[in-house]
Amino acid sequence: MNKHLFEYLLRLGDDSLIIGHRLSEWCGHGPILEEDIAMTNMALDFIGQATTILEYAAKVENAGRDADALAFLRYEREYRNVLLVEQPNEDFAVTMVRQFLFDAFRKPLYEALQNSSDEQIAAIAEKSLKETKYHLKHSSEWVIRLGDGTEESHEKAQYAIDTLWRYTDELFFENEVDAALQSENIVPSLIPIREEWQKTVTAVLAEATLTIPQNGWKQQGGRTGLHSENLGYILAELQYMQRAYPGMKW
Amino acid sequence: MVSELQIWQWLEEVSDPEIPVLTVVDLGVVRSVKTNGDHVKIVITPTYSGCPAMQVIEEDIKQVLKFKGIDQVEVELVLSPAWTTDWISEKGRIKLKEYGIAPPADEVDKSVLFADPPVIECPLCHSTDTRMISQFGSTACKAHYQCNSCLEPFDYFKCLK
Repeated sequence: MNKHLFEYLLRLGDDSLIIGHRLSEWCGHGPILEEDIAMTNMALDFIGQATTILEYAAKVENAGRDADALAFLRYEREYRNVLLVEQPNEDFAVTMVRQFLFDAFRKPLYEALQNSSDEQIAAIAEKSLKETKYHLKHSSEWVIRLGDGTEESHEKAQYAIDTLWRYTDELFFENEVDAALQSENIVPSLIPIREEWQKTVTAVLAEATLTIPQNGWKQQGGRTGLHSENLGYILAELQYMQRAYPGMKW
Repeated sequence: MVSELQIWQWLEEVSDPEIPVLTVVDLGVVRSVKTNGDHVKIVITPTYSGCPAMQVIEEDIKQVLKFKGIDQVEVELVLSPAWTTDWISEKGRIKLKEYGIAPPADEVDKSVLFADPPVIECPLCHSTDTRMISQFGSTACKAHYQCNSCLEPFDYFKCLK
């Protein structure tokens, strides 16, 4: 098994799975019907991407596990998603700002991964990019509407940025996994992707009249399995059925 | 042994579970059909990553072909090249319209924020005075529109490229 490739696929797959789960929590609670539907539509895209990525991860691992086993039967420290995606929904502003910060990262990442020397990764990226463009457009427009909206919506959007900003650094986390895969042209360097992200974020936040927080403490951990307490609660809900009734089928 | 052409014709009997007026061939999700003796291999591609219809489509294909006397059917799901709404057939677009769903139109670049949504003709009264209610509709592949002339809400099969 290619350990590095497996690890990288868990990063991609877990980011999708956890942000998809967070969006799905809005089902039936959206501020308006259209937004409720939009968020669950996007949740479905992310869960679909997670399925494909984790299926491939299971194949690479070649240890008899399938995508479901990876999604539902790992322990917290085995998850590789960034801390950003597991942060609580709080309110619509926090959810949309979190989504925007993530979508702005995912779009250039998928664009670059389309050129991966690994055919399956390139195919997943090509497919997912089309959906990601819709997501980024949607979340960008909401960040602008909220930031440049009423006094209250502005305040809430600014609070969201201030709260989530510390988790954005981790999106660009790289270690020996990246170095090894980059040398085989399987994955891209995150440096130009960070530049692209910065450009999108700066432009949209300026349009939204929101202020980027001064550089302060940056929290990392998710990529190495050290999560915030939030992931425990997510997994309790996500894994309940398979833990209580092992092997249960829909 | 049956011909590949025959299989393609039989696949016209498999409809999309969400939009039953379209066959899987109209929708463009069937990418290839290969026969090898009694064994048939069909390659399909998903419309959206999380499209819940794909599993049903796979089962329906197997069921229809089994009914035609073909037992050895393999259905493979491939992601690349990624599905685009350009693959919906001309016949499919007409059927969508008759069914009340506006077929995909060419859309502006999605990097343009707050761009005017494409002008979509109401499939019911054919007025072009319509407005987008939501980019995300009843399924991942549709947006929600309303006609300002006849006031009817309708689905628009949004452009995916």
